[in-house]
Amino acid sequence: MELKVVETPKEQGGCSASSCGGSADQLAHLPEAIREKVKNHPCYSEQAHHHYARMHVAVAPACNIQCHYCNRKYDCANESRPGVVSELLTPEQAVKKTLAVAANIPQMTVLGIAGPGDPLANPERTLATFRALSEQAPDIKLCVSTNGLALPELVDELCQHNIDHVTITINCVDPDVGAKIYPWIFWQGRRIRGRKAAEILIAQQQKGLEMLTARGVLVKVNSVMIPGVNDEHLKEVSKVVKAKGAFLHNVMPLIAEAEHGTFYGVMGQRSPDAAELQALQDACAGDMNMMRHCRQCRADAVGMLGEDRGDEFTLEKIEAMEIDYAAAMERRAEVHARIEAERAEQERAKASGGNVAFVSLDSLRARPQTPKALIAVSTQGGGVVNQHFGHAREFLVYEASANGVRFIGPRRVDAYCSGDDTCGEAETTLQRTIKVLEGCAGVLSAKIGLPPWEALEAVGIQPSGEYAWEPIEEAVAAFYQELLKGGHLDQRDERTREVA
Amino acid sequence: MALKIIESCVNCWACEPLCPSGAIFEARPHFIIDPKRCTECEGDHAQPQCAEICPIEGAILNSFGEPVNPPGSLTGIPPHRLAEAMAEIRAR
Ligand code: SF4
Ligand code: SF4
Repeated sequence: MELKVVETPKEQGGCSASSCGGSADQLAHLPEAIREKVKNHPCYSEQAHHHYARMHVAVAPACNIQCHYCNRKYDCANESRPGVVSELLTPEQAVKKTLAVAANIPQMTVLGIAGPGDPLANPERTLATFRALSEQAPDIKLCVSTNGLALPELVDELCQHNIDHVTITINCVDPDVGAKIYPWIFWQGRRIRGRKAAEILIAQQQKGLEMLTARGVLVKVNSVMIPGVNDEHLKEVSKVVKAKGAFLHNVMPLIAEAEHGTFYGVMGQRSPDAAELQALQDACAGDMNMMRHCRQCRADAVGMLGEDRGDEFTLEKIEAMEIDYAAAMERRAEVHARIEAERAEQERAKASGGNVAFVSLDSLRARPQTPKALIAVSTQGGGVVNQHFGHAREFLVYEASANGVRFIGPRRVDAYCSGDDTCGEAETTLQRTIKVLEGCAGVLSAKIGLPPWEALEAVGIQPSGEYAWEPIEEAVAAFYQELLKGGHLDQRDERTREVA
Repeated sequence: MALKIIESCVNCWACEPLCPSGAIFEARPHFIIDPKRCTECEGDHAQPQCAEICPIEGAILNSFGEPVNPPGSLTGIPPHRLAEAMAEIRAR
């Protein structure tokens, strides 16, 4: 009996088909050149996002469609689209800002334009920024996000400016679903509404996707999961876009609050919870694995994913900076080489048996009843547990089980509240944080103060600071075993089985 | 015969490049239409382009001073629902 239990996972390479097996298959059909492009991209590679950073510049204010989850009066919480409140930059200012950030944060490898409107509804500004950057900073990857409406007519020009990553937000491939998401589009001089609008938008998105992949440009597809509107439908979307050559499909949860004044917010459309999101991502299987670390970052964000250092680079501060980009480029190359050496070292350590995950999990496989557990981690990057609990604005959630450790996704503490005066003061940050950690068996931080420690224990979340500075996956595996031995997972086991 | 941009404009730039008459100007606190230049797009487009793309209800008035895009016409939110939601938020 026991032997059988041990044998089965080994045949699968010790890895559940939906996690690393899926990712490998997902990338296997891509040419080497594309895999190489993805390797160091913080938005596309789960590994790289611990080490590299990206930034966005807000140069594109206008939009050519309306989405029910967006209110153009305010910064939008969905997609990467803040509204008009963000500081709008001219292309010249955007170029200066990018060079300043790249010189000061050598880990910054990707510059994106995502808004605050639709970058391709502002082609002059967007293309002028790309043109200047591809000339002045050839070591920075350029990418653009779009709703796709204006994409087909701009594909060739984008290719000229050396843009190798495009993100298209595709929420549907069925105009009847689209009519519930998009109230109108602006098309050929007219505002078009309803099903007709969705039909045109969908056709343009699909055409743009095909044109880009035919030219060898990486295309990622973003979808906003709207319960009861497109949640089931996104499985179909996933199949369609993957068949057309999109290399990643990223499903993000809808963020809808009445305070935002969006259609969905005011009409009481609910957002999916973490479990629903995970279930949909699992149902769409392989294609989504790599993007679970997406942070829905803001269009003017600067820094590692989930971190924003924008305050260090305001227009005023940038104006005062003198940048010698040639010198900066040399420094950047050195830093990148160091990071690569570090990553290679971590890989070697993993492969050479220093991996707690595999040692401990092999022994776990002999116990058929071992439960799954979600474990949250606070980190500042580098792939290790290195952030104080109280400083964490987001947590990376991992699932530990007999099959190993897999990354589930980030959970942001401030995803629903930007800390401005529209938010009630009733909830403290600690309460919000605990709500965010719902469903987790434990949380790993570099350090945790006594009050949060007690509050976490009170709701059945086991905190630990014992794994400070340890590599995340190893720490999660070891902590999982600790929880298991301590009997902390027994009750959860029953719940998990009920669900399954 | 001219359209007018009022203070609810959010300065999103969408209208400015579309104007066939060069009548729209970036300004603070909000964009403005030069009434001497505005043709209401006659002879160029079936619909006034600025009002056709503007995402903000009430931001552009026609020559009678009425909003070209009245409340609820762009977001699809019935005005009473919006009022209710805002009242509830204020009451918190
Ligand atoms: S109505 Fe036409 S001409 Fe007048 S400002 Fe608007 S776009 Fe320009
Ligand atoms: S489109 Fe409307 S909101 Fe945008 S700048 Fe023009 S008038 Fe203002």
